[in-house]
Amino acid sequence: MLKYILRRLAMLIPVLIGVSIITFSLIHLIPGDPARSMLGEKASEAQLELLREELGLNDSYLVQYGRFISNILRGDLGTSIQSKESIAYELAQKLPATIELSLFAMILAIVVGVLAGVISAVKQYSWFDHLSMTGALFGVSLPIFWLGLMMIWLFSVQFNILPPSGRMTTGVHLETITNFYLIDSLLTGNWEAFKDVLQHILLPGIALATIPMAIIARMTRSSMLEVMRQDYIRTAYAKGLKRFIIIFQHALKNAFLPVLTVIGLQFGTLLGGAVLTETIFSWPGVGRYVYLAVLGRDYPIVQSTILIIAAIFVFINLLTDILYKYFDPRIKYN
Amino acid sequence: MKAALLEVRHLHTHFFTKSGTVKAVDDVSFSVKPGETLGIVGESGSGKSMTAMSILGLIPSPPGKIVSGEILFKGEDLLKKSEKEMRQIRGKEISMVFQDPMTSLNPVFTIEKQMVETIRAHEKVSKKQAFERSLDLLHLVGIPDVKKRIKMYPHEFSGGMRQRVMIAMALSCNPSLLIADEPTTALDVTIQAQILELFKKMQDELNMAIIMITHDLGVVAEVCDEVLVMYAGKAVEMTYTKQLFDNGKHPYTLGLMQSIPKITPNKEKLEVIEGLPPDLRRLPKGCHFAPRCKYVMERCLIEGPDMTKVSEHHTVRCLLYEKTKKAVKQ
Repeated sequence: MLKYILRRLAMLIPVLIGVSIITFSLIHLIPGDPARSMLGEKASEAQLELLREELGLNDSYLVQYGRFISNILRGDLGTSIQSKESIAYELAQKLPATIELSLFAMILAIVVGVLAGVISAVKQYSWFDHLSMTGALFGVSLPIFWLGLMMIWLFSVQFNILPPSGRMTTGVHLETITNFYLIDSLLTGNWEAFKDVLQHILLPGIALATIPMAIIARMTRSSMLEVMRQDYIRTAYAKGLKRFIIIFQHALKNAFLPVLTVIGLQFGTLLGGAVLTETIFSWPGVGRYVYLAVLGRDYPIVQSTILIIAAIFVFINLLTDILYKYFDPRIKYN
Repeated sequence: MKAALLEVRHLHTHFFTKSGTVKAVDDVSFSVKPGETLGIVGESGSGKSMTAMSILGLIPSPPGKIVSGEILFKGEDLLKKSEKEMRQIRGKEISMVFQDPMTSLNPVFTIEKQMVETIRAHEKVSKKQAFERSLDLLHLVGIPDVKKRIKMYPHEFSGGMRQRVMIAMALSCNPSLLIADEPTTALDVTIQAQILELFKKMQDELNMAIIMITHDLGVVAEVCDEVLVMYAGKAVEMTYTKQLFDNGKHPYTLGLMQSIPKITPNKEKLEVIEGLPPDLRRLPKGCHFAPRCKYVMERCLIEGPDMTKVSEHHTVRCLLYEKTKKAVKQ
């Protein structure tokens, strides 16, 4: 097992090298002069030369790539052109916001999705089944930005019960330790801040959870229907076990594998920064950060962030693969 | 005479499907005494398994339903019991071993977990006590190296070993009745013999009754005291095993006997019963076996016969023997 994990980690290296080449090339794939496209039409030749020098664009590609890699390995992700801040520092602020939102959305999606899927399967063709599967169909079909805007309109504008944007009300004091606000507020026992943060995360969390929740519910249902027909479920009934245990232990553990695959992929996508959701709700996360960087042609940010997101994505996939073994002992790693 | 442990009276289990009502079990009666083995024989779809599932109250509903009849177990009608009461009987009083050991154990739990949970579902014992008993049971059914084996998953066992595990699990709460649904069908012949031997040994040690569902008359001859022959959902003949082999009456039973391959050099062709079992949704009028029967009479196509007593402890559902019935009555 440990050997497998180490080998998988080693296999990440070529993947990450590939990603680094692609992100590195990004800046050179811009048609024309990258320096000009970053600074705009009105920049003077002297300014352009200065930026080229700063970004090292005058060196050969190989030297540039070598510098790019060695910087990253030292934890230096470069400097933002616009804010002149270290990108590593800025990401350290943004990443927890995205991770917190993604985790919140994912937990919501898993709990509700799996539960709805299981009940739909056990009560196949019941009103609950029809209702939740119709709901799931809507969930995967609704454009998320539209849903987000509608929720803001309903809960923030009409009823005024939930805040439309941000992570926390300005003025609420919170001592940050991990930069995960929900955790920080709990750690410091700051209930006022906890409530405020929870209110802020609710709308973007639900918006973000909608699609994964719908997919998980449908996947759980079909997988459970398959498993409930199996011989070992009949055996479990014949042994006189309680229905609840048969469904949630014997059946669900078997049915969970395809669901786990979906969860892994969806979670990876969410962590990549939900650009639309974060933008709509002004969530100060990675998605919005990249979005603003693209608009401002701040290429160093785009490069570094893509690299980080890719690394997170492959890491989540590895985690999913390891979890497979827990759910199905027949899986062998070699 | 010992009182019956299980007595099934006129059981009717039907499945209500879109394409019609399937009479999976259609008037089946029999009884089993403690310590005895009853064989239920018949082709696929003759209603053997559904009879067993009816006893345990595990008919998938909808579409299935026990329409009428009585299932008396230790004098109490199981059909009148609540789901909770039935759950306490399943796995404790009446347990079951299924046909395919490869798929009947849950693949994602260890043998230990599956055995311990069965014991703890019925008895208030600690995990450790349940574990100790599981070890004993596995040892009893002939699993080698139990301490190591119990920690393993089903896929690490062979088919024969898995069936032993199934049997150990079925025996874990000392049931008074064990229903074995084709327990040897999916196994190699040599393993079959071992498993049958194991059933006999367990029965001797625990004095439980066994209902052995099979389509293999060899198995019947090997382990059963009495036999019930089923055809198209109906019981067609019931008697002692020896009586059935020596003096079987029903044309279907006779057909089954003849279709056993014999080791005789000049036999060129295997005897078969011509035709196929009827579609249970569109049963023929009269006797269900009539379309395939060698001795079919005109009456058979109109009248469905009842179970008729032909001698002490020997009943047959066939018009050929109706006369005898009248004789017995007189």
